[in-house]
Parts: sequence; C-alpha cells; structure tokens
Amino acid sequence: MATTTADPLLEAEGITVRFGGLTALNGVSLAVAPGTVVGLIGPNGAGKTTLFNVVSGVVHPQQGRILWKGAPLGDHRPHHLAKRRIARTFQGLNLFPGMTVLDNVIVGADRLASGTMPEMLTGLGRYQRDERRLRERAMAALEEFGIADAARALPGTLPYGVQKQVALARAVVADPQLLLLDEPASGLSGAEITALGKRIREFSEQMGVLLVEHHMDLVMEICDHIVVLNFGEVISAGTPAEIQADPAVTKAYLGADTEEGPDA
Amino acid sequence: MVSLEHSEAAAAGTPRRGRGSRALADRWRALPVLARNLLAAAAALLGIFLLTSVTSPITDLHIASVGYYMLAVAGLQLLIGFSGQISLGHGAFMFIGAYTMALLVLHQPMLPLWLNMAATVVVSCVAGVLVGAATARLHGPYLAGATLALAVGLPSLTVRFPELLGGNNGLSITTRGAPPALSGLITNSQWHAVVVWLTTLIGLVILATISSGRMGRRMRAIRDDEAAAALAGIPVGRTKVIAFVISAGCGGLAGASHTYLLGTATPSSFALTLSLSLLAALVLGGLGSLWGALWGAIALVYFELWGTELAHSLDLSTNVANNVPIVLFGVLLILIVLIWPQGLHGMVRRLGALVRRRG
Ligand SMILES: Nc1ncnc2c1ncn2[C@@H]1O[C@H](COP(=O)(O)OP(=O)(O)O)[C@@H](O)[C@H]1O
Ligand SMILES: [Mg+2]
Repeated sequence: MATTTADPLLEAEGITVRFGGLTALNGVSLAVAPGTVVGLIGPNGAGKTTLFNVVSGVVHPQQGRILWKGAPLGDHRPHHLAKRRIARTFQGLNLFPGMTVLDNVIVGADRLASGTMPEMLTGLGRYQRDERRLRERAMAALEEFGIADAARALPGTLPYGVQKQVALARAVVADPQLLLLDEPASGLSGAEITALGKRIREFSEQMGVLLVEHHMDLVMEICDHIVVLNFGEVISAGTPAEIQADPAVTKAYLGADTEEGPDA
Repeated sequence: MVSLEHSEAAAAGTPRRGRGSRALADRWRALPVLARNLLAAAAALLGIFLLTSVTSPITDLHIASVGYYMLAVAGLQLLIGFSGQISLGHGAFMFIGAYTMALLVLHQPMLPLWLNMAATVVVSCVAGVLVGAATARLHGPYLAGATLALAVGLPSLTVRFPELLGGNNGLSITTRGAPPALSGLITNSQWHAVVVWLTTLIGLVILATISSGRMGRRMRAIRDDEAAAALAGIPVGRTKVIAFVISAGCGGLAGASHTYLLGTATPSSFALTLSLSLLAALVLGGLGSLWGALWGAIALVYFELWGTELAHSLDLSTNVANNVPIVLFGVLLILIVLIWPQGLHGMVRRLGALVRRRG
C-alpha cells in the first residue's frame, strides 16, 4: 500500500453543514489522492453521508469548499459530477427498479455517449452508434462483475448481493477517476465482503476511492488512509495502524456503541 | 409493426422461429432504430389504407378517431409512463392544438394542411415549454393539481374571447376531402382516416425512437430514481421539461387532427373529462409501453360508442345518457387494474408468451 505523492484529486476544506440547529459537519477537511483508498468512518450520525452529499452537490455547505483537481467545484449540482468523472454509490441500492440490469448500467455509462439532444430525439446522427457503444460497454462491465446472466432481469428479482454488484457496475462503468462508496459491504455475506475488498483494491489502480464503511476488518485491510468522524468533527486521521492505536477513536466508538449497527 | 416496445423487451420477447424467419428477424434488428420505426409506420399506414377501403364511412371515422386519441395517449405515455410526471391536464394541449388548427384554417385559408399541422406542433410545444418549466419543480400531487387547473381553466378562454374563439359554440371549419386526382381511388372518409393516421404515425415514430434510445432511458431513470439518475450525469430538470414539451406537442397534434376530422372545435370536447379519459385510457392500455396507447385509444373510442348506444336502447334521459360511457369506462378501468395491473398491454404480452410457449 504505497502512499502516493501525487496531487490530490479531491479535497474537502473546512466543510461545515448545519441542518437547522444541528451541526452535521464542523470544519471537516480531507483529501483523496489518485490510486489510494481513503476510509471515512465514524459512529452513526457522524456526518459521513452528509459529506458525500456535499461532494455530490446534493447539500451545499455553509462554510468550506470542495476542490476537484485543485479547482473549487463551486455551486455544483449532482448531474455535473459524471462529466468530471466522479461516481458514487448510495447507502441504499438506488437502482432503477423498472429497468433491466443492462439498462441500469447503460444509464451509468450515459456520459460516454456523444450524441446531441436533436440526435437523441430523432434517431439521426450519432444515435445508433451511441446505442451500440453504451450497450457494449455496459455488457462488458456486467461480464467483468460476473453478472452478465442477469442482464435482462429486473433488479428486484435478484438476490441482494447481485443487486449490490449492479450498483457498483453502474458506478464504475463510465470510468470514473474518483469513486465514492457509501457502505458497499452492508448486507453482504463474509465471502462477498472479501471479494468486495479485492475489487475495491483493483478499482484503486484506476481511480481514487473514498469509502464509508462500518465493517472495520474491511476498512483496516484495504484503506491507505482513514479519517474518523464523530459528531461532525474529524477526531483522528492516519494510517490504519495509527487509527487502531488512537484512544480517541476507541472512545468514540465505545461511547456511541453502534459500531456494527445499520446506518441512519 | 412499429417497435413501440423499447428494444430490450422486444428483443427478449423474440420467439424461437424457423431458420428463415430468424435470419429475417436478425436483419430487421440490425437496421437502425429510425429505419425500423419508419418501415413499420409505412406498413401500418398501408394497413390503415387497406382496412378503410373495406369499411363504411362511419367506421372510417371511428378508425381515424382511434388514430388521434392514440397520439394523445402515446404522448401522455412518454410523460407519465416514461418520465414519471403525472398530468391531469393533457386535454388542455389538445384544446390548444384544436383551436390553433381551427384559427389557422379560418384566418389563413390558403395554408396547406401540413403547414397547419406543423404550426400546431410549434404552438403546443411552446405552451408545453411554458407549463413544463413552470411545473418542473412540482412533484406528484402538486404537479397533478397544477395540470388539473390548466385543464379546467383553459377551455373557459372560449367564453372570455367569444369573437375570436366562438364562445360555447366553438369554431367550425370545412376541410377538403380527398384530392381530385385521387377521387376515384379513395373516398373522403378514407382520406381523412389516412391523413389522421399519417400524422399519428409520424408522431409515433418520433416517440418510439426516443423511447428506445438514450432519451427514453434517461426519462425512465428519472422516473425510477431521480438522485441516481442525476449522479449518472442526467440533467433531471431539463429532461423532465423535454418530456413535457414532447407530450404537449403530441397532444396538440392530436387536437389538430380532431379539428381536421370533425370540422369543429368546441370547448365541451375539451372539458376536464377528456383529460381524465386520456389518463384512464393510458392506465387501461398499460403504463410503460407505447402499445398501451393503442389499446387505450381503441377502448376510449369504442366505449364512448357502446355507452351511447346502450343509453339509447335503455331510453335514458340525456343527462344520464351522457354519463354512461364514462361510467362504463370507469368500471372497465377498475376491473383491468385489479385483474391485470399492467393494463391491456400487460395482458396481451402475457397471452403472447403463453401462445409462444405452446407453439
Ligand atoms: N437532509 C437532512 N436534514 C436534516 N438533518 C440531516 C439531513 N441529513 C443528515 N442529517 C442529520 O445529520 C447528521 C449526520 O447524518 P449522516 O451524514 O447521514 O450520518 P452518517 O452517514 O455518518 O451516519 C444526523 O444527525 C442526521 O440526522
Ligand atoms: Mg450514512
């Protein structure tokens, strides 16, 4: 697990988010460099998902800013992320239930198409070529994830583990440079979690990964760097070994007593 | 036929046939979507021509009515079934189209029909942009309420501007029949049916092409999960407005066909019941597939007819009689939704699958 000296892809600088009287994030900073897996952990309600929402442009912070490759993202909106090559999975599955698995993944690949709006509406120009390209790309992703058999199925008819794979395939099919994973291991079996860990390490060869996860074994094994949040504040940051040795972290977890519980 | 199904399900439903027909099916699928849709539309138009050459003028009228209702319902399908936005006011766009057509014929009598139709599409699309942009941030019941208000409010313009819009009596126009060159070949009623269906099929080709491509997928993604769709790079608000505009264009064009076919545009034809009937026809036909629009439109036209006949044969008072078709339609709708939640199209597909398994 080499630490890279490359410039960070993503930097959060002093992010503060308040929901009414509740301070969900308070001056949180972190950075993700290319080729690394950064873990973001903390008890339930610590603000992990909120930080993801800030990066994705769903929530705009009261203070602080997000830098992408050194430039501030400003008031970005969720649909601007794909073009910047940032992908995200959700804490839930958030698949498209009325679309086949293949179509789910093709939607994830949408940014790779080059056709213009009139071409999309008329079937002229690049329409046909885009269709073929997106379909091939999505099929290839399904094969890579070993779920090509499910291409024509609706997500709801598949086992939970497979649905999680579909969500992952949809996120990475368009070749992101940064992948935000919100609890990818929740609901998976032990064997599935091991396979997931290997896959995330593979992803990190192509992209930076920011991982929110409650399974500490997984986090400690695959992360290069870990940031610990508690009540919206960073209480510790460092290598897995440093985090494990930090009494503040142990105290936060013991105090909250929700280490393995489902997230809110 | 027109590949009204989006390509996925159509491909999945391909039956195992003999080698010859399979080669043909493969070649068919290798064609670009647009070419496939155009060929299918041409075949459908030929079918309408042949059908109307053996039917009576009154049946021609019913066939043509199915045509323009199908376009309206198909436009609604794009809006509701694909993009997931509820509209209770689709009839308002038919109203706009119908009156635009009537006004053009009355005030610019020299303009050719196709230009009137094109102008109608432009006018109703502009109306769609205005309404769509104004309602883009509304969801579910709020959107339903706003469109409902539109359906209720718009036809009352006719009473507000009686000189221009003819008040409660509406506007009457005369449309030309078959061109003199074709007079021996085709009757007037047949010509009307073919013109209406040509208009509808052009609209359907566009809808079907959108449906099986990126835009259709974007709409379905938004319908299913806005947050996930946005993260895939889909501009949610803009895509919703586009769906609204296209659906308005189809509604407007259907209204123009209505005026062309019947020679009148009256406010009572575009009352709230029309919007609700279109919605009911959509649900009845089946949400999510353009084929549903065909079954829905057939049901709409023929239930109206049977209902009226039934009321006559029972010697009911006009007040009651006027409501018989609606009641019949409502009962059928409830039954279908209870028995086949996927509508008539779901039923047709289920039956088709059964037949193939047997065969
Ligand atoms: N949209 C919101 N409105 C109000 N409060 C919110 C919202 N999103 C999150 N919160 C609150 O912010 C805090 C942090 O939540 P979250 O980021 O989901 O935590 P985590 O993902 O670490 O479990 C929680 O107290 C949560 O209730
Ligand atoms: Mg969370």
